[in-house]
Amino acid sequence: MANMADQLAKTQQEISVAEFFERNRQILGFDSPTKALLTSVKEAVDNALDACEEAGVLPDIRVEIHNGEHEGEYKLVVEDNGPGIKQSNMPKVFGQLLYGSRFHAIRQSRGQQGIGISAVVMYSQLTTGHRALVRSKTGKGRPCVQMEVAIDTKANRPETFNKEAVEWDRDHGTRIEAVLKARYQGGKQSVGEYLRGTSIVNPHAKLTFLDPTGQEYVFDRVDDEMPPKTIGIKPHPLGTELGTILKMARATEYRKLSTFLQKEFSSVGSGAAKKILEEAGVPNINPNDITRQDARKLHEAFQKVKIMAPPTDCLSPIGEALVRQGLKQETQDISPEYITTVTRPPSVWGGHPFQVEVGVVYGGSLPKDKQVNILRFANRVPLLYQQGADGTTQALADVDWRRYGLEQRGGKGIPVGPGIVLIHIASTKVPFTSEAKEAIAPMEEIHKEIRLALQEAARGLGRHLNKKAKRKKVSEKFDLVTKILPEINKKAATMLKKPEPDLAPVVCKIMDVVWIDDPAAEYEKLEGEVIAAKPVAPVVQVAAGGSTLDAFADADDEAEEPVVVEPPKPKQAFLAKATIPITNYKQKAQKFQLFAVLPEGAVFAEAEPAPKVVKERYVRWDIPTMKPAEKMELKLDVAGLPKGGMDDLEMYVKGINEIHVVGADLWRGEE
Amino acid sequence: MAEKALTKAQREAAARKAMDGIAQTIYKHLDAGSIPELQLSSRTKSNIQFDDMLRVWKYGPSMTTRSAMKTDGAYMLLRTMYMSEFIKDMVKSNKSSTLREMYYISEGWDLGKFHDQAESDGLAEDLEVMTGNLREDFKLRPEENGAAMIGDLKVVETTRTGARRTIHCQDDVGDAGYNIPYNVEPDRMKFKDVNADFICAIETGGMFARLAENEFDKTHNAALVHLKGQPARSTRRLLKRLNEESGLPVVVFTDGDPWSYRIFASVAYGAIKTAHISEYLATPTAQYLGVTPSDIVNYELPSDKLTDKDIAALKSELTDPRFDDDMWKGEINFQLELGKKSEQQALAKYGLDFVTDTYLPEKLAEMGVLN
Repeated sequence: MANMADQLAKTQQEISVAEFFERNRQILGFDSPTKALLTSVKEAVDNALDACEEAGVLPDIRVEIHNGEHEGEYKLVVEDNGPGIKQSNMPKVFGQLLYGSRFHAIRQSRGQQGIGISAVVMYSQLTTGHRALVRSKTGKGRPCVQMEVAIDTKANRPETFNKEAVEWDRDHGTRIEAVLKARYQGGKQSVGEYLRGTSIVNPHAKLTFLDPTGQEYVFDRVDDEMPPKTIGIKPHPLGTELGTILKMARATEYRKLSTFLQKEFSSVGSGAAKKILEEAGVPNINPNDITRQDARKLHEAFQKVKIMAPPTDCLSPIGEALVRQGLKQETQDISPEYITTVTRPPSVWGGHPFQVEVGVVYGGSLPKDKQVNILRFANRVPLLYQQGADGTTQALADVDWRRYGLEQRGGKGIPVGPGIVLIHIASTKVPFTSEAKEAIAPMEEIHKEIRLALQEAARGLGRHLNKKAKRKKVSEKFDLVTKILPEINKKAATMLKKPEPDLAPVVCKIMDVVWIDDPAAEYEKLEGEVIAAKPVAPVVQVAAGGSTLDAFADADDEAEEPVVVEPPKPKQAFLAKATIPITNYKQKAQKFQLFAVLPEGAVFAEAEPAPKVVKERYVRWDIPTMKPAEKMELKLDVAGLPKGGMDDLEMYVKGINEIHVVGADLWRGEE
Repeated sequence: MAEKALTKAQREAAARKAMDGIAQTIYKHLDAGSIPELQLSSRTKSNIQFDDMLRVWKYGPSMTTRSAMKTDGAYMLLRTMYMSEFIKDMVKSNKSSTLREMYYISEGWDLGKFHDQAESDGLAEDLEVMTGNLREDFKLRPEENGAAMIGDLKVVETTRTGARRTIHCQDDVGDAGYNIPYNVEPDRMKFKDVNADFICAIETGGMFARLAENEFDKTHNAALVHLKGQPARSTRRLLKRLNEESGLPVVVFTDGDPWSYRIFASVAYGAIKTAHISEYLATPTAQYLGVTPSDIVNYELPSDKLTDKDIAALKSELTDPRFDDDMWKGEINFQLELGKKSEQQALAKYGLDFVTDTYLPEKLAEMGVLN
């Protein structure tokens, strides 16, 4: 009998692993050959990025797709410069489904996204019969181990073959090579676009892509600083499910329920713990002893008792400046005229902290008569499918974009215009609509934050378009007075054989503005000088249910191997030299104050003429009386900016009716 | 007519003076430091008034300003300067050009060039309006448009070589008739032995050919003039001169639709575009013969439904001061009610001779032109 039971169990398991994959192909993202290729790239790249960040290494990831030996097969190669995987862990990481402990961590991580790299190995094995070829190296001077990995589907256990030490020119890193049944295509849901998107929201990563035609694309990093490490937090009562409460209670070392509530959950103080127990009607017993019934009562009490919001400092948004730089770099070939980014303060949905970031790119060669292009991201991972079903898309459609200069039928829906809208949600738990993790559910709090962020960005766009319209109107007049009017003058004088009258008074009458031209900036490298890199934020890792180790880290008891960490590189500093031309095209003399807002991070160096006021945020000139038709030039040098950081200098005026000024708004700030 | 009294030299001197006058206006503004501008009568439907003395429609007091304040206005002024200079040069060198030639010449005017010929034709008319001179004085002429005449009268034409030729408009011409030249002024054309009793001006070539084939000019002693759609200035001028100098009544025979009524209006009352020279082109005593909306019903003519554009045009005519009389108001309102329009050639429903044997004699008798 025992023998038979064994047999049965074996069969069951055999069914379970292979069937698990087959049944869940759709959920796992392997439902079509096109999607399977993209999912495989995603799994490998996400893992690589997470591993690099864990180890504090600036990611340098190479993705190659080669045509396979047979029709409909492709060879995928992904290699990174991460910390590498210990030889003893390699089989499990690549050859065992659901290996790794990320599922328990309460932190913002990419890992929420997929099932793991082993799914790629599984898919390869099922569709082409190939084993995956993997290699890893954990540091300079250490051996690089290479092996073939397959999955024993009967036992969900890795099998390895032909293990050997090989030469590898990388100091450390991991590489996987897998042959897949797949279809390679371009377009919006392509590997190239996925990598481009990844590059925008991971400005510290360098991604290289070799497509099947042999064309190489480099998505270079725009930032040499690691993002601050995401911090694990304890679960918040509001976001904890019944089963988790039970599991946590059974595992805890604390002997009293009230202590357990205070120590194992975030935002629960002694007062709140007491109220929870009262509300639940559960005595302050040893948590190990609670029944399912008690856990249910606690779970209900969590929803009723007022508990502080969870801490939000555990999130790692990309930041306005970096999203902007990422967008700028990846839209170079479009040469957009305007980019703005907004990072909202953190907020909370159902006990989970989250933060919204958006970016808007406008103009250039983007099509004017098409809907704007939407780029969606969750925890720095691009979402390429299910755009229509996504809560972020709905929030975008709920903004009245007409007020900000885009076309939108009835003030609802996806606006039309030459634009790209980026939406990034960072959260310890992203509420996906389904296990496929392709779309975000329209949670009320998230919807609201996205809308607020988009509105703020849209206001920036609106201001830009207004300024542009005003400039255009005036620049038409510019043509009028510089080209047409002199011709009229010449013709009239020639016909009458008289001298040409001086046009200056007429020119001022027609223009009737003070014209502040867009500043032209030049950048000089500062030899030897650098901008100090920000220190990396201290890392606190506390998580429910034990470790927060990721798939590449180690879960067993072997001694930790040292990991090479590159210190963040200091940045090249530039001296930005801006010239601001001003012309008084008014018919009367003008006198006013001009403010130039220093971009974030800029340090005032020098200006000519000397400004009246130099503050940390701005510089103020008192412009002396300018006669009609008089021109002057202001010079402003600042340090501390990256190249291009002064291209969009914000300017304001005071002491003059701003209606008569082109190129600067009214100063409303305090002095 | 004041123009007639002037000699060629006087007219040329006046044209040159007018062109310098425009330059002078602009120059004065610039010299005084003010934004240059030119003013001219606004050429719109709302700015035409009936002149009781001349019995034609002329421009009213409303003026348009062309100012260099705005880009479009500045371009117009620059083009005006170029055209004035060009006209002045032509007068000086005793040359002339067609409107089309001038349009091509303007291609070389750099910033002052036109987008299309309609723009340059329009500016030539603007110059007439501004200066009170005629386009012909500016040495600008239209293309021949092929309008024709058949009837018992003689035309004495001064040809381009200066020779005089007398042409009988029945005996000396083919079936296409006498081709009306662009210049029908007395120094180029005189009338002799005018034996026709009245002029029948016809909109379409098809009807003109029908009347010619049926010898309506002989059977009813009519001078047939083909208008060729909206008639050219010279055709209208010819009608006006024959009417005034030889006392021939003019009847206008067109299709029965709003566009044809406008053809009649420009013959009888003057066109909105050329209201500055209405007294020179319009024949106030011209009468509308048909096809009227009443004819459509009375003669049970084959008809088409009015299109939206037709309806809009009819409604616009209801507010056009030139159609502000009982006959037109009644007919236009009736047509709107009827919702139909008919072509002249719909009369062929009753046979090819119906128009000459029945329709025209009946209508002309009604109008008192024929007994």
